[in-house]
Amino acid sequence: MVKDPRWRWALAVGAAVYLALALGTLDVNWARVADGLERGARFIGGFLAPDFTTRWRDISQGLTESLTMTVTSTVAGVLISIPIGVGAARNLAPPAVYYVCRAIIALSRSLQEIIVAILLVAMFGFGPFAGFLTLTFATIGFLSKLLAEDIETIDEAQAEAIRATGASWLQLVTWGVMPQVMPRLVGLSLYRVDINFRESAVIGIVGAGGIGATLNTAIDRYEYDSAGAILLIIIGIVMAAEYASSHIRRWVQ
Amino acid sequence: MAVTRRADGGFDWRLRTPRQSLAQWALWLGLVALTVWCWEVMTETTIWAFVSDAPRQAADIAGRAFPPRWSYMERLWGPLWDTLNIATLGTLLGVAIALPVAFLAARNTTPSALILRPAALFVIVASRSINSLIWALLLVSILGPGLLAGVIAIALRSIGFIGKLLYEAIEEIDARQVEAVQATGASGPQVLTYAVWPQIAPAFWGVSVFRWDINIRESAVLGLVGAGGLGLQLSGSLNTLAWPQVTMIIIVILAAVVASEWVSAKVRHAII
Amino acid sequence: MLSVENLVKTYRTGDKALNAVSFTAPKGQVVGLIGPSGAGKSTLIRCVNRLVEPTSGKVRLGDLDVTALPRGALRRARRRIGMIFQEYALIERLTVMENVLSGRLGYTSFWRSWLRRFPPADIENAFRLLDRVGLTEHADKRADALSGGQRQRVGIARALAQEPELLLVDEPTASLDPKTSRQIMRLIVEICDERGLPAIINIHDVALAQQFVARIIGLRAGAVVFDGPPDALDAAALTRIYGEEDWTAMRKAAEADREAERDEAERLAGLA
Repeated sequence: MVKDPRWRWALAVGAAVYLALALGTLDVNWARVADGLERGARFIGGFLAPDFTTRWRDISQGLTESLTMTVTSTVAGVLISIPIGVGAARNLAPPAVYYVCRAIIALSRSLQEIIVAILLVAMFGFGPFAGFLTLTFATIGFLSKLLAEDIETIDEAQAEAIRATGASWLQLVTWGVMPQVMPRLVGLSLYRVDINFRESAVIGIVGAGGIGATLNTAIDRYEYDSAGAILLIIIGIVMAAEYASSHIRRWVQ
Repeated sequence: MAVTRRADGGFDWRLRTPRQSLAQWALWLGLVALTVWCWEVMTETTIWAFVSDAPRQAADIAGRAFPPRWSYMERLWGPLWDTLNIATLGTLLGVAIALPVAFLAARNTTPSALILRPAALFVIVASRSINSLIWALLLVSILGPGLLAGVIAIALRSIGFIGKLLYEAIEEIDARQVEAVQATGASGPQVLTYAVWPQIAPAFWGVSVFRWDINIRESAVLGLVGAGGLGLQLSGSLNTLAWPQVTMIIIVILAAVVASEWVSAKVRHAII
Repeated sequence: MLSVENLVKTYRTGDKALNAVSFTAPKGQVVGLIGPSGAGKSTLIRCVNRLVEPTSGKVRLGDLDVTALPRGALRRARRRIGMIFQEYALIERLTVMENVLSGRLGYTSFWRSWLRRFPPADIENAFRLLDRVGLTEHADKRADALSGGQRQRVGIARALAQEPELLLVDEPTASLDPKTSRQIMRLIVEICDERGLPAIINIHDVALAQQFVARIIGLRAGAVVFDGPPDALDAAALTRIYGEEDWTAMRKAAEADREAERDEAERLAGLA
């Protein structure tokens, strides 16, 4: 890749120096780590022998919140993403609309979910409603961007043919564009269900409801067997969602 | 889809047969019902007074948050450096683990399709399912607060991402090139370095740099659970309700995210 | 009747695609538009229905000045101009019937078209057209399941569904084999004959043009350099359009092609 040997040396030395500096900042408290090894072993034990029952009430409530948040935020996110995605496609939207939609997408994508969740919890209070808003906001950035990119790379000839029949703009979108992007949109929406569920487990840490709050409590109390159970449930649901979505995607093709 | 013949001999056409369109409507109705039901369950505990109060709260916070406290920047250089290190070291560690895992998980390179491949796939799914913040939460509880927990959390989350994309790349390699090298009598490791590696190297570098970019984003907030970096300052400022500092930190995070995206796009462009 | 007066198109890059093109096509006349690639053939026919906005000049369809129309009126004018495309430009994922009905979009409200509830008269007409192009039993197939020649027939049916007063045909045979090309050209010309439709056909295959059309216009660098009956298209005229080349050899090859086709037809007749 790098042709000049001097440059290659300089890069290698630079990388080595950086690595040394970076490792130096780690500042590991070895006594604490040694302490932690025992807890680590307990966590692995908890993961292998999870305890679903003791905290089942908390777990099931967290899970219900997470799943309902996932469904509502994905539906709301998809519904809002479609017009924004169309508006952010250069080949369909007038420049003014294009820039507004692109700005919304950039804003949504550059803010981490967790920071959005903190701000929304501060505004809307604790609980899944703030979580719902966070995930919807994140879904908009994700889906609109990919949808817009997909629309920008459609086969223009098909759209041109529809325009040539004297179709209106809405007909152009629904006949000339939609059939081409629909399979991908369905695929991405299903993928987003998966992501939203995973994220719902995180934003609970800052009070936005969901399984994350339950997990946070379990870890705070060093109840690693309950934490292990929660993690296994998350992994199981993600796997199930991936399996289901691959089937639905094949069916939509 | 249905073409029917009318009594008078003409043809009639509907996109779907009555049964298909009934099924379709039922599907949509089911989806709407599910959403409404989920909404009802989710908002059972919502205190609507808070929600309707939100615009006032938002205005209040915005009023406190601006202008950002620019002078706070001098206290952020250290955490910014920490964040960069968490992301970079975490990515390196993640890559180092993901590479062998990917070879174990790929159908065409796994030494044992019965035991090792499912195990590797489970490692990948487990890592992908759990956000780095949750890994950090766990590791801070196990190892104590600090950068080390952050680095390992980033690494654990990266394994699944890099591993998945990499093993898919390995499964797509051109088998003929591998056969050609095998035909020369090369050993297993030689086949890997001469036939397999050149084919996946671009994907490998591209995926690694892409993950590094994502990791900068994620490591910026890991401090919220005690794993060091900018998030630690954010958490402190939030706890003391120092909103101008919060604004400043968010600006720095945004700048870091944009910068890393730019770097990663440049590097990936240079590779591919 | 179509008349084009002093049509000029200059692209934003400064490229002059059309330079004062004028001609008239009376009712029922099929005009073949030939010329080297980049001569402006495709731009010219797209200027007629303003898929490409002409820089200056006029296009008249009957007494309607197409170039002066505002957006809404332009849509209504486009309904009267059917277009057939090079790579068929069908909506690949929709059924043949939907593709034919898409020719009615300009006459149908958004909701009716969204729900696929086209007026019965439109559907009956669509069946008649599918019958005319020989695809009745394919009505419910997805467009991407058809062969090239069949797809172009769907494209023709779609254009005719508009009940046009003019056909614009852009390289209808560019991606078809010689035999199918002839069948498609024959079909287009027959249909224009039946309906008294004027048509402009962009075509790069001179021999094919000479075989089927009543009049040929030669374009070179955006200007008309030949306009006359196919018989008048001699080597000198071809040189004016395309530049120096061995035209007799080309002609012989075309002759051989046509003979082969005749042979095959006779053989098939013998089999039957």
